[in-house]
Amino acid sequence: MAAAVVERIRSTDRSTGEKWGLGLLVLVGVCLLAIGAGWVPGGLSFLLLVVIGIVLVGLISAAVLGGPDLRRTLAPYGLLKPGSMWLALFYLAPLWTLLRNSLSAKESRFDVQATFSWEFSNYGTAFTDFGPQFTRAFLYAGIATALTIMIGYPVAYFIAFRGGRWRNILLGLVVVPFFTSYLIRTIAWSSILADSGPAVKIIETLRFNGILEAIGIMDDGRLINTATAVIFGLTYNFLPFMILPIYVSLEKIDTRLVDAAQDLYSSASRAFRKIVLPLSVPGVFAGTLLTFIPAAGDFVNAQFLGNPNTTMIGNSIQDQFLRQNNYPVASAMAFVLMAIITVLVLIYSKFFGTEDLA
Amino acid sequence: MSATRNVRSRVGRAALAVYAFGGFIFLFAPIAFIVAFSFNKPKGKFNIIWQEFTLDNWRNPLADEALTEALWMSLRIAALSTGISTILGSMIAISLSRYSFRGSSAYNFLLVLPLTTPEIVLGSSLATLFLGQSIVEFGFTTIVIAHVMFQVSFVALTIRARIRGYDWTLEQAAQDLGASPFMTFRKVTLPLILPGIMAAALLAFALSIDDFIITFFNAGSTMTFPLQIFGASRVSISPQINVLATSILLLTVGILAVGTFTGARRRARHGLDG
Repeated sequence: MAAAVVERIRSTDRSTGEKWGLGLLVLVGVCLLAIGAGWVPGGLSFLLLVVIGIVLVGLISAAVLGGPDLRRTLAPYGLLKPGSMWLALFYLAPLWTLLRNSLSAKESRFDVQATFSWEFSNYGTAFTDFGPQFTRAFLYAGIATALTIMIGYPVAYFIAFRGGRWRNILLGLVVVPFFTSYLIRTIAWSSILADSGPAVKIIETLRFNGILEAIGIMDDGRLINTATAVIFGLTYNFLPFMILPIYVSLEKIDTRLVDAAQDLYSSASRAFRKIVLPLSVPGVFAGTLLTFIPAAGDFVNAQFLGNPNTTMIGNSIQDQFLRQNNYPVASAMAFVLMAIITVLVLIYSKFFGTEDLA
Repeated sequence: MSATRNVRSRVGRAALAVYAFGGFIFLFAPIAFIVAFSFNKPKGKFNIIWQEFTLDNWRNPLADEALTEALWMSLRIAALSTGISTILGSMIAISLSRYSFRGSSAYNFLLVLPLTTPEIVLGSSLATLFLGQSIVEFGFTTIVIAHVMFQVSFVALTIRARIRGYDWTLEQAAQDLGASPFMTFRKVTLPLILPGIMAAALLAFALSIDDFIITFFNAGSTMTFPLQIFGASRVSISPQINVLATSILLLTVGILAVGTFTGARRRARHGLDG
């Protein structure tokens, strides 16, 4: 009997092995997702754990008993398993519990757990009470992203094409400031932009305050606690996430293409527009995602550099979740934020999309 | 004609250099501030307005006990989460770059998803998972779980990018020459992918130490370094924050510089131009 089973396992062909490997990987993931998301009652969860255990033991023994070919077929799925299990339980399942919470209601303010009741009004509250915060989050993140491109592209271009042998050092210099804590950097900006700080002083000596006031950058002679300061902080904190991907895409460009264009009497600016710019689009695309997504959900900059009228949706989610313990509405807001970002990313990748996200 | 073009391109080059220089000034402005303010003698509890120069803060960098303890906690969390995520992430990266198999493209998509989810969503959703159970309490364990969750994708993608061009037939060669699979892994595979793994681990460590938003939702009453700074920032911003930040900065830059230097020397010795 045992010998027959071993014989069966040994004779498994590649396609069957792949089917089993992939199928069982998905099965284990779904079991963990079900346990984490609470799709099954407690007793059944235990049963699912047993199923996972059996699958893992079964796969390991199949790999041990089977030949090298079967091991090779099963290896990629086996290597994926621990990481996938972690992501299934701690990334996918929480998204489900978040959704569930967003449709729940708390019977009293002091309940820890909210009970599920198809409470769609949470979404209504999210939009009606926190509409301005949503708008500001996307507006500020959008402006900050545009600014990081304007500041970051020339810097990346300079490092890639004029850096010479200093290239790696310059690249290191872009990253070095970010070895200090995010919060400390933001606090440092709050002292630079403070009323008696250097930024305001420089502006006053140059007598720029009138102009800046007129176009709405300064407010009553102040920089700190304005929308400008929040956008400024966002721009600063996410700048390397724009510079690095742009640099990577610029660095790959064969500069002989530009030489060829100029040999053919193209002007430098035309060569840039027709060759360098299109080839660097993937970098700008990746940089935009890496900047816009975290910026839209950020609350640190608005907290330290803004005022109560410049709060972003991140501040509201944080406040509702951790201070008011109003999990349902906070979850609804988080879910809406994620949904809007997903839609924006999909639209954006339709226009500029590349397969190489990473 | 060509003379004007030369002049124009020289002006353009100079303008670009000045612009880039300005960009670097922007990047380093707050850093200069952080370092400078570690020598400030603040009036009152908030070290945000320059008063006078002092070396007092540097006499005992660890004077702020709560802050030191929080830093220690952050280091422990980062060490553990980096260890776990580096192992899980390396396995995923090896699987994806070494084998071509059914379902790998779908898996790539799954791997990128956590990176395109805003941190506040990752943090709050994980907190709703922990709220609904009674097995673990918010604290050290939940923070480590959260950190591993967002580190895994970073680690896997970083390593995969580094080993994309790796020649896997070398393994075949080793085995043909009689090496056992374990020997092959230790003597051939590991040395080749190790630089990528180290780079990914460094990145993961840095992400963990600096993470604020996700940790904020899953920490309970446990204080990490960023949480301590945030919590204290309402009542005081001590110069010890600047001292510690400056020390950490110098330390990491030092480690990187030594790493780059010895790496360059090793490459030079082996006659390879990296």
